[in-house]
Amino acid sequence: MSGTVHTATDQIKSTVPHPYHLVTPSIWPLFGGVSALLTFTGIIFAAHFGDFIVLAIGLLSTFTIMFLWWRDVVRESQVPGLHKIVTQVGLRYGMALFISSEVMFFVSFFWNYFNYFFYPATMGTAFAPVWPPMGLHTIDPFAIPLFNTMDLLLSGTTITWAHHCLLEGDNKGTVQGLFVTVLLGIAFLCGQAWEYTHSPFPFYHGGIFASSFFIATGFHGVHVIIGTAFLTVCLFRAMAGQFNPTRHFGFEAAAWYWHFVDVVWLFLFVCIYFLGRSAITAG
Amino acid sequence: MSFTAHDPHEVIAPDHAHDAHGDHGHAKPGFVRRWLMSTNHKDIGTLYITMAVIGGSVGGILSMIMRAQLMYPHNHIVTNGSEWNSIITAHGLLMIFWMVMPALIGGMGNWFVPMMIGAPDMAFPRLNNMSFWFLAAGFVFIMLGLSIGEGTGAGWTLYPPLDNIQYSPGIATDFSLFSLHLAGISSLLGAINFIATILNMRAPGMTMFKMPLFCWSILVTAFLLLLAIPVLAGAVTMLIMDRNFGTSFFEPSGGGDPVLFQHLFWFFGHPEVYIMILPAFGVISHVVSTFSKKPVFGYLGMVYAMVTIGFVGFIVWAHHMFVSGISDDSRVYFEVATLVIAVPTGVKVFSWIATMWGGSIEFKTPMLWAIGFIFLFVIGGATGVVLAQAGLDQELHNDYFLIAHFHYVLSLGAVFAIFAGFYYWIGKMSGHPYPEFWGKVHFWTTFIGVNLTFFPQHFLGLAGMPRRYPDYPDAFAGWNFVSSCGAFLSGASTAVFFYILYRIFSSKETLPANYWGEGATTLEWAVPSPAPHHTFEDVPVIR
Repeated sequence: MSGTVHTATDQIKSTVPHPYHLVTPSIWPLFGGVSALLTFTGIIFAAHFGDFIVLAIGLLSTFTIMFLWWRDVVRESQVPGLHKIVTQVGLRYGMALFISSEVMFFVSFFWNYFNYFFYPATMGTAFAPVWPPMGLHTIDPFAIPLFNTMDLLLSGTTITWAHHCLLEGDNKGTVQGLFVTVLLGIAFLCGQAWEYTHSPFPFYHGGIFASSFFIATGFHGVHVIIGTAFLTVCLFRAMAGQFNPTRHFGFEAAAWYWHFVDVVWLFLFVCIYFLGRSAITAG
Repeated sequence: MSFTAHDPHEVIAPDHAHDAHGDHGHAKPGFVRRWLMSTNHKDIGTLYITMAVIGGSVGGILSMIMRAQLMYPHNHIVTNGSEWNSIITAHGLLMIFWMVMPALIGGMGNWFVPMMIGAPDMAFPRLNNMSFWFLAAGFVFIMLGLSIGEGTGAGWTLYPPLDNIQYSPGIATDFSLFSLHLAGISSLLGAINFIATILNMRAPGMTMFKMPLFCWSILVTAFLLLLAIPVLAGAVTMLIMDRNFGTSFFEPSGGGDPVLFQHLFWFFGHPEVYIMILPAFGVISHVVSTFSKKPVFGYLGMVYAMVTIGFVGFIVWAHHMFVSGISDDSRVYFEVATLVIAVPTGVKVFSWIATMWGGSIEFKTPMLWAIGFIFLFVIGGATGVVLAQAGLDQELHNDYFLIAHFHYVLSLGAVFAIFAGFYYWIGKMSGHPYPEFWGKVHFWTTFIGVNLTFFPQHFLGLAGMPRRYPDYPDAFAGWNFVSSCGAFLSGASTAVFFYILYRIFSSKETLPANYWGEGATTLEWAVPSPAPHHTFEDVPVIR
């Protein structure tokens, strides 16, 4: 559209072979769509009729498709010449953009929380305008939440340990670092599970504080599960020797994702556990 | 149609596309591999356009039912209020998520963004296909949400408490809410794909500021989707949990705040209106430039205007909530911020007019739709400036003036751009010309029909007729009758469109690569018509 060009072909000087990875036809996208349809139908049936069969089938097929699809991607990455440098850059864009959208997903839950944190009067006339709600016992931020904060911060260092080993070509160190990171992820989830089962407020009909607390920390917990699974896959791939100092984007994507999960937790810890604590805390 | 303006150069470029075609063993896959397992941006684009035709037809039938009900006062075509509410809800959601977005972004974006930047395909072809199948799954859900039991009666904005478990106890509402999750995931993955494609796969020499405006419009749109859709996902998740899992995000009895949902919804919802109109801006720029035989006036200004609209679009959401009890200070801010959007939008409108100024204008069918777009979009924009006034909106909120406003910018603006793009590119997509006479018949019947439908609604709104009611006092009968007649005329024009589709696909005529001649300068005009299954396997080096 610049001023000097008058026809479409005028602007083409010459051609060069394309450097991209054009994938062959695949059935996984269609099956993925069907799996999502089954999963969401399953949630509706479970909620309304207490029938979990469709949900189980939906989740099973979703996880199967994810496994088979990503197995294809991993196999393609091992074929020399398919994932050239421009394709690797494209994958980086994809992962960075995906994490950006995840940030906005958490923004909606923080928005919900801060709506009541800054404007407790929006809670309705039956509630005193204070946050956390009057008489509520919250979780002591300096018990398990602090431990979990330390746990995730430590896991941020162990993933970096694994990364540096990878860059140095020390695969044994990479495996060790990843193994410790996965263990720390599992430890975090155990802490979260203990905290949920011993929570001073219930999830079901627990009111707005419980709703805001559980949705934000719950979706964070789901992301820790996803991140731990991602790191576990990287652990197996590292043990299979699939990474080398120059080609290890799968690992880097997992590390980015893990740091993102870590940062979300820091916000949760400061904003919900610490700033949202009541005068008297349980535990 | 006279495609006499052959370009002496155009025989040169298609050669490389044909060579590349032969390199690949899977040149023409069979039906299942081609349509169910596709990793080809053009075939996926075609699937999206098919989805848009289906979604638009269902949504259009619903609007015909609505206008039939409202043709006379005290009509009983729609038997009860719940049915009416389900129809308005499904009409809105279908037209946005299953008609405008798949036509402009999924359809034309998929077809032409890779070609215009000189790339062989999208960055993530399998992901591209999954975006489509999620949308198709969402279509199943929205149809279930329309048809099970009493349907979904909350309106497309889904405000609580209308859709909480007391007032909408059925599973239909859950299907509608999950349909937004499916359509949202689809859009989000598509957005990631478009951004990665545009930033990473431009041909050598295709710098950002040489990139055609349609690609820019899709890039800005994709960023809006990337940042707005997850907030909708969060809000819809909270609604589903309130309905089914005992939370109280929007339940005042548990301390929740229904107005919070409106904030979250419109933080998505306002960028969403630019998501629908920015790709339309892109299409119009190409069509106006081609048929004026001039480059677009003020290319750089057009780019910055779109980026500005995208940015400001994120910080004006509460102008949808002037009567929701927000503070006076908030109203002042959101009014002023909203008015700011008129500036970059004005830059675009004046640039289109300046593009036509002194040009050798050819009134082919796409150009008629483009000029129609500019005319109608300016009317809709002007009523938008009226509605942006917090004081005036106190009076006009949720009445037919608002309905007229957003149908002028969307159902006339975005839809006219879709048809402009359709007639502009259908030769490139199908390889056959459209019948010029019938294209013009389609334009004029639609143009007269939609204006008859929506212009009287300004009067109805100013007279105080509220939206979303299946009946009205006798005083509103006259203009409602006119409006319904207009709606049936535009409904009839859709039959003309289907006849044109039949003519195109039964046509034996073929087209050269650049059938519009010297005004069409973007790269899609360098490949044969129809565009071969694989384009640019050897990527062009741009001067």
